[in-house]
Amino acid sequence: MQSVEMTYISNSEADTVKLAEHLAKKCRPGAVIALDGDLGAGKTRFSQAFAKALGVNEVVNSPTFTIIKEYEGSEMPFYHMDVYRVGMAEADELGLDEYFYGDGVTIVEWSSIITPLLPPQYLHLFIQYEGEQSRTMRLTAYGEPFATQLNEIKWRGI
Amino acid sequence: MNEKDTGSTVNGNNDISMSTPSDKPIYILAIETSCDETSVAIVRDGHAVLSNMISSQIDVHRRFGGVVPEIASRKHVETITVMIEQAIEEAAISLEDVSAIAVTQGPGLVGALLVGIVAAKSLAMALNIPLIGTHHIAGHIYANQLTAKIEYPCMALVVSGGHTELVHIESEGQFKLIGRTRDDAVGEAYDKVARAANLPYPGGPHIDKLAFEADEVVQMPRSWLEADSYDFSFSGLKSAVLNVVNQSKMKGNEPNYSAIARGFQESVIDVLVGKAMRAVKEYDAKQLLLCGGVAANKGLRAELTARCEAEGVPLLVPPMEYCTDNAAMIGAAGYLKWKQQQFTSLDFNAHPTFSLEGW
Repeated sequence: MQSVEMTYISNSEADTVKLAEHLAKKCRPGAVIALDGDLGAGKTRFSQAFAKALGVNEVVNSPTFTIIKEYEGSEMPFYHMDVYRVGMAEADELGLDEYFYGDGVTIVEWSSIITPLLPPQYLHLFIQYEGEQSRTMRLTAYGEPFATQLNEIKWRGI
Repeated sequence: MNEKDTGSTVNGNNDISMSTPSDKPIYILAIETSCDETSVAIVRDGHAVLSNMISSQIDVHRRFGGVVPEIASRKHVETITVMIEQAIEEAAISLEDVSAIAVTQGPGLVGALLVGIVAAKSLAMALNIPLIGTHHIAGHIYANQLTAKIEYPCMALVVSGGHTELVHIESEGQFKLIGRTRDDAVGEAYDKVARAANLPYPGGPHIDKLAFEADEVVQMPRSWLEADSYDFSFSGLKSAVLNVVNQSKMKGNEPNYSAIARGFQESVIDVLVGKAMRAVKEYDAKQLLLCGGVAANKGLRAELTARCEAEGVPLLVPPMEYCTDNAAMIGAAGYLKWKQQQFTSLDFNAHPTFSLEGW
């Protein structure tokens, strides 16, 4: 499958919010964004900015304990997952496909734990901690529409 | 997942046969499966716990060849029937004595919630008795009713793995959420800090112990947010802890985990206690109710006890078995709806984002 990669340098929380907003505005129902990065890298912060751009007005807090949190956005539902606490076998029984192929957009934190369960098309985002304010974001698009979106960002910027 | 309706509420006088003379004991069979635990309890008259079976606390290994129920629905399914049988057996009543079924409707993990709900509906239908969809946090709060008398208005500090909330209870069953976490719940913050210190999951008890034993403290920031806010935020504190750990490692030193744990715990407790006490004053609360699994934290209990004594505010804390997720608390909360004769129709759904105020 066609995959496209790019690196985005975030020098501040505002830069991270800008990327999240840009990606959220391009999302269609069934879009899946897979997040990875160490503890404290800013996965939940990214998800909060993303949810806000989707029109979620509620407080979006950590899904670590609950594993899946569902929100109503103004355009479509937002499903926020953290699979750190579950292994592959258990995640397989959570019925994640209902979310991935559902009416909303899904963000999966610690996604690399369940890579085989992700749909064929998704956007992967690895957040690397560089310093208190700065992060390097490595984006990989698997399939469409993400490949085209990343090419557009590479061409035109955000 | 699109079925977000909570099911209609049926008010009294429906076709379900009931006779409730006031002297007859009311037995509620309560079921809780919102996350990791499968639990079934029998509660009499909303406060007397006749049985409270919790899957992780009893020996289901022998009966199921080593399956410890966790998050997946299948594991709840494997356990729920035996939990119901054991709850009835230990309560020494028969199924026919049960007056109503109370079950956690949300919030929680939809697949897990559904197992409890399907079991509850089946029982209610088979026994022809009312069904009461119950709110998980209302359960945590009314766990206090199992061992004490709640006086209104009161304030509840709900601290658990997935929740950190301040709830004002004006009168019985009237909830107002005045503060919530904007990022990590307290339990999550403890677990993440424990992860950074290579401690096993769940991290709370380990950090509590380390902090207790520490003879030094690494000062950590307090996140008070806006001056009038009752919300909480622990992600900045988490980052501060990670910074200290990483800086020590970069210098080639072993981080002083007990001093870090102490600093972290002091920051968490300062903010929790500070905000809870301010809320008690502002809302003229007659009692402060501490509930949820993090109520086990020794440091938090000690500080809250001291502050409540100093301010002359009674502090209620349920015994630990009613603090962590359990069905007895669902029986206590469900009894509120029994008294109002507010029942839930058999076609109601799990509600993963159920609002406490709307319950």
